[in-house]
Amino acid sequence: MRAPKDDSRQVPSERTGPGQSRPLQRLYGWLEHRAGLVFLLPAVVVILGFAIFPLLGSLYTSLIRIRFSGGQTELDFVGLANYRKLLLGSEQAHFLGRGGEALWVWVTLFFLALLLAWGLYRRYRQGRGGLAWSLLGGALVLAFAWLVLSRLVPGSLLGTLQTTLFYVFAGTALQYGLGLWLALLCAERLPGTRFFRVVFMLPLAITPVGIAYMFRMLTDTSKGPLQPLWAALGLEGFSWVNDPWGARFAVLIGDTWQWTPFAFIVLLAALQSIPQEQIEAAAVDGATRWQTFRYVIFPYLLPASATLVLIRMIEGFKIVDLPNILTNGGPGTATESITLHAYFAWRTLDVGTAAALGFTLLVLVSVFSTVYARALLPRARGEG
Amino acid sequence: MRNPLKPSPLQVAFTYAVLVIAAIVVLFPLYWVAVTSLKLPIDVFNGPFYLPFVDFKPSPHAWQYVFGVLGPDVKRAYLNTASVALASAAITLFLGAFAAYGLTRFEYRPRVGAIVAFIGCLVLGVVLSVLGTPVGVAVAVALALFFLVLQTLGRRFKRSLGNQDVAFWMISNRILPPVVVVIPIYLLFQQLGLLDTRTALIASYTAVNLPIAVWLMRDYFMGVPQDVEESAQIDGASRYRIFFSIVLPLAAPGLVATFLLVLVFAWNEYLVALFLSKANAQTMPLLVSAMSGTRGTEWWYMSVVILIMILPVVVMAIILERYIERGLIVGAVKG
Repeated sequence: MRAPKDDSRQVPSERTGPGQSRPLQRLYGWLEHRAGLVFLLPAVVVILGFAIFPLLGSLYTSLIRIRFSGGQTELDFVGLANYRKLLLGSEQAHFLGRGGEALWVWVTLFFLALLLAWGLYRRYRQGRGGLAWSLLGGALVLAFAWLVLSRLVPGSLLGTLQTTLFYVFAGTALQYGLGLWLALLCAERLPGTRFFRVVFMLPLAITPVGIAYMFRMLTDTSKGPLQPLWAALGLEGFSWVNDPWGARFAVLIGDTWQWTPFAFIVLLAALQSIPQEQIEAAAVDGATRWQTFRYVIFPYLLPASATLVLIRMIEGFKIVDLPNILTNGGPGTATESITLHAYFAWRTLDVGTAAALGFTLLVLVSVFSTVYARALLPRARGEG
Repeated sequence: MRNPLKPSPLQVAFTYAVLVIAAIVVLFPLYWVAVTSLKLPIDVFNGPFYLPFVDFKPSPHAWQYVFGVLGPDVKRAYLNTASVALASAAITLFLGAFAAYGLTRFEYRPRVGAIVAFIGCLVLGVVLSVLGTPVGVAVAVALALFFLVLQTLGRRFKRSLGNQDVAFWMISNRILPPVVVVIPIYLLFQQLGLLDTRTALIASYTAVNLPIAVWLMRDYFMGVPQDVEESAQIDGASRYRIFFSIVLPLAAPGLVATFLLVLVFAWNEYLVALFLSKANAQTMPLLVSAMSGTRGTEWWYMSVVILIMILPVVVMAIILERYIERGLIVGAVKG
């Protein structure tokens, strides 16, 4: 840190003149002496109060169940029963979905297992330790892959977990791809691009609840503005929001509409910081447009991209307003995200399950972002 | 050889075509909402009409209804949204700038042992209150124990963290899904009798947005030259005087960017408001989602309400695009 040290031996301010009383003078002295603490502490207290305390409270709430007896509510401590209900019990199909059987699922898993075993073997040969952790990680990856793949077999059911993962991964990929494409176009410094930059900023500021209603109108195939398009495609009778995948894509499109600008803005800024000479030099050397992008431009974008993707994924896990309003979680539970699932549980006064869901989501996001930040971020920033 | 800075006319045409299509994709939903707000129910139900005066005769009936019959509801929700967003953005900015200044100008060495002790005492306090001890007593016992440990064993804690770790801890709170913390916060405000009040919303939004504010302001303060501050310090100005009359004016663009970003977040927030408020502190996003629940989807009224809900943020985004852009970039690139 280039900041000067907290100079605790600094003389108390001279402004405290003889006219002021001694306690006040001492207060000024203390404030000056402890300025570092005074600056930082309020924010720390607020964040502690609304993040760490509630976290502990939520942990406890996830271990209880509310019972109504004769107009009174009683709290029963039930241990891990709420989690058991989610993972194994009555809420299992809602949260984890129901898998179908198909050969290709097992074949894919088999090859994934081979791949992981090979990686493990290489680690072992290089003499790097942590065998137990690697085995555990590999088993987790396999279990997760099964949870996702087996839900894609026709006739199976997606739980809120898989739906959330769909929003996170498909959404981030779409937003990144579209944002990158538009940024590359806007970076060419043609006249008028400033107008487009302002336009592309707009969706970011718009209330997601409003966006949800806009897309409810747009996905109406008989009265909506795109009716001629649906009619031309022979989809006039098709209802986006009554088909599970149609509804999921409706949510995904709304989310992409809102968040592509974020990728666009960040990537455009990164693009414009690239020295022009490098691109010119590549062209002089006879590089094609694709080669210029792949070997000159993209390496410059990598650090910003890595952080951008991380931020979008973390935010994506929290998605709730769009599915709640666009489709109300339906048809059935097809578009419910984990947060929405927790809200529905809360509304039926099943507070324990709601808290358990929230906590499971937290574990999911934490594990995911830690792995991402440890494994991918340093490499993307050229530190690994 | 092709000059890379002079794309061929065909490429230019293609670029403009894509940009125009993208702009239409962005603007069309907004246009559709605006047009729908001028329609009579019959114009909505008889299939899509696109151009006012050409396809259908625009009517102000929906606007009259929203400002007349729904007037009091909309006005209350609007005032709630505006006051909650403005107040929480102001507090967030103040606390965030304070903390960010501290993080860039002072050296903090929170000791690992002290943090562990704090968390330990916290857990003890929670366990105590769960076992039936009154909350006040539990908190007092936990705090007393914490200070006791700090006074007796404090000197032995050698390992310490730095400013980077504090800043990272703050921003890592963004990982917390709001749904995890909102249930205990609900119970807390229930205990305090503050459910369904603006105070509860302001406090929650401040806490949720504070990490971003600290992170952004930190970046701005790092860019403010420090020699003026140092000479002011030699002249005997107090830390606070330096902060308010030298540093803040220099970081004004950063303050504006941070304020706007936080304001937009608070304006659009949905989940926390959904848990913490009913009628009294209802915000616009809640009003909009409640309208379709009770009345079916009357698109013409909905469109009016959505338009007045998003109007301030959209206007702000257009006028102050540069500032918001800068805020987003700092948040993402330095993240």
